[in-house]
Amino acid sequence: MAIVAHTSRFGKISRPILAWAVGLLFFFPIFWMVLTSFKTDADAVKPEFLIFFTPTLENYLNMTENYDYWRFAQNSVITSVFATLFTLAVGIPCAYAMAFNPSRGTKDILMWMLSTKMLPAAAVLYPMTFLTKSLGLFDTHFMIILVLSLINLPIVVWMLFTYFKEIPKDIIEAGKMDGVNTWGEVTEILIPLAWGGIASTALLCFIFCWNEAYWTVRLTTTEAATLSKLIEGNRAPEGLFFGRLSAVSTAAVGPIVVLGWFCQKQLVQGLTFGAVK
Amino acid sequence: MGRIVLDTVTKSFGESQVIPPLDLTIEDGEFAVFVGPSGCGKSTLLRLIAGLEDTTSGKILIDGDDATQVPPSKRGLAMVFQSYALYPHMSVRKNIAFPMRMAKLDQSEIDARVEAAAKSLNLVDYLEQKPGQLSGGQRQRVAIGRAIVREPAAFLFDEPLSNLDAALRVGMRMEILELHKKLNTTMIYVTHDQVEAMTMADKIVVLRAGHIEQVGSPLELYRAPRNLFVAGFIGSPTMNLMTGAIAAEHDATTIGIRPEHISVSATEGPWKGRVGVSEHLGSDTFFHIHDTGFADAITVRADGEVDFKYGDTIHLTPRADVIHRFDAQGLRIA
Ligand SMILES: Nc1ncnc2c1ncn2[C@@H]1O[C@H](COP(=O)(O)OP(=O)(O)OP(=O)(O)O)[C@@H](O)[C@H]1O
Ligand SMILES: [Mg+2]
Repeated sequence: MAIVAHTSRFGKISRPILAWAVGLLFFFPIFWMVLTSFKTDADAVKPEFLIFFTPTLENYLNMTENYDYWRFAQNSVITSVFATLFTLAVGIPCAYAMAFNPSRGTKDILMWMLSTKMLPAAAVLYPMTFLTKSLGLFDTHFMIILVLSLINLPIVVWMLFTYFKEIPKDIIEAGKMDGVNTWGEVTEILIPLAWGGIASTALLCFIFCWNEAYWTVRLTTTEAATLSKLIEGNRAPEGLFFGRLSAVSTAAVGPIVVLGWFCQKQLVQGLTFGAVK
Repeated sequence: MGRIVLDTVTKSFGESQVIPPLDLTIEDGEFAVFVGPSGCGKSTLLRLIAGLEDTTSGKILIDGDDATQVPPSKRGLAMVFQSYALYPHMSVRKNIAFPMRMAKLDQSEIDARVEAAAKSLNLVDYLEQKPGQLSGGQRQRVAIGRAIVREPAAFLFDEPLSNLDAALRVGMRMEILELHKKLNTTMIYVTHDQVEAMTMADKIVVLRAGHIEQVGSPLELYRAPRNLFVAGFIGSPTMNLMTGAIAAEHDATTIGIRPEHISVSATEGPWKGRVGVSEHLGSDTFFHIHDTGFADAITVRADGEVDFKYGDTIHLTPRADVIHRFDAQGLRIA
């Protein structure tokens, strides 16, 4: 008894401390980035201005004047939104079929889908660049949406499959008996029941799309360039402009952090994979 | 209308044949009960009729039309599941209205039928609640409500009462029977509980390993079981079965006699034994008699007033005219 009481009291104190420590650890780089974005490039590398410095908006003003932040942001929104919608439009029926009408191959298909994520992206860089260019799709929204959809589809299908699996089969069958066709099963029963799961999946997919850098940087130049490209563009050519780089990065992750903040509940549910009922 | 005919229907899951070729007719308006031990294929058979499983071969006719390839949503049958299978995201009202909404009925008609169903099922106060807020019995009522509003050709029940406690089960049994009398619609009811089968059925279908062992009214099955399996399955407590010399006396391999067809006495009777445990139901008492010279203990039913103590010596007299005789294959000898 005494030991149990002791550990639980210890847990009561130590767990929040641990949680805060981990939280701060993860938050620190972002905090650092935001802080640096208000320093001049010169101040940014000087240790004496680590915490105390004269804040400036120069970096941000610079950004909208010289780089047209809004166009990159617009491209990010367009590609992420449409890629997420497309992924769900394909992923929901796919996961539905696998969850409720499994065949002998279903498990293998799921594994295979996941295994495509094991292929290093670099391995297909050349063929992809070649293909997109020869098809005239290089630097188009269409291409970026397609690529973002395809790289996220395996994860999305897996997540949705897990959620749909939690819905009792009886309820879908009751729907069939009540005169619902396949379309109705999805819209009237499946989607309302798995709403939390679908929302968190969509959110996660959106975040992955937004942050994707490997392909968006390599398959775009200007037309379809996203915020990832903007960050990347501020890196190399002019040397180490940390202040400017931080401002661009802050502006790039800002929207997604705000979105994440508003959807915390869904996100946590999505990451812990549970509680559909 | 709801006459359902199964014509040499079979069902296999992969290699294993769960339903060997099976013929069965359920007449319009009949209350048919599928009964049998766990895993004998009752649910599978019901799901074949519902269309939730595809037949491997054979035909299913509903009112004379071949429904074998018709999807469940188009068969015009309603099903009540053991788990109730209510839509958790909809209120009771929406649950009941759902099949009618799918059938694109007028809203006024839907409202009227929901009200009527809710009234007859005592659900009026719960219409705006979600299924999660209801008790088991109330959920089952909602499931039944959802089934009746669309006026199906037949109702299919798969062990609808097995999640309810004993008292509620008896009550719901009566409600379902009442409903059947009122609607006069075909009902097919799956249970593994032979008491439920006996009390509810017009026609009992006894299944074992996908085979139909016997089809008949409860009393037909009780009075003239076609084989040893049915004899042992129908009736509670079960029929006493004896083999050996006593059976040979009756020109049979096995004889059976029901507990109520043996009378007890302290002093006289052809069989003698020792009283083991007894079950007092008040009106009746079941005595388990040992050391009778037969292989198994014998169960007898006596009036609740009859008083024997554990270990007492007891004499038994079987009623000769109701002895069931079975041959070496376990089939009834007429
Ligand atoms: N989808 C399935 N795949 C493989 N085998 C199945 C499937 N459904 C049922 N079976 C098998 O078919 C047989 C009959 O099952 P069924 O559910 O019809 O039995 P039941 O009579 O309803 O039993 P219970 O009283 O336990 O509900 C069982 O042996 C079961 O293992
Ligand atoms: Mg069953």
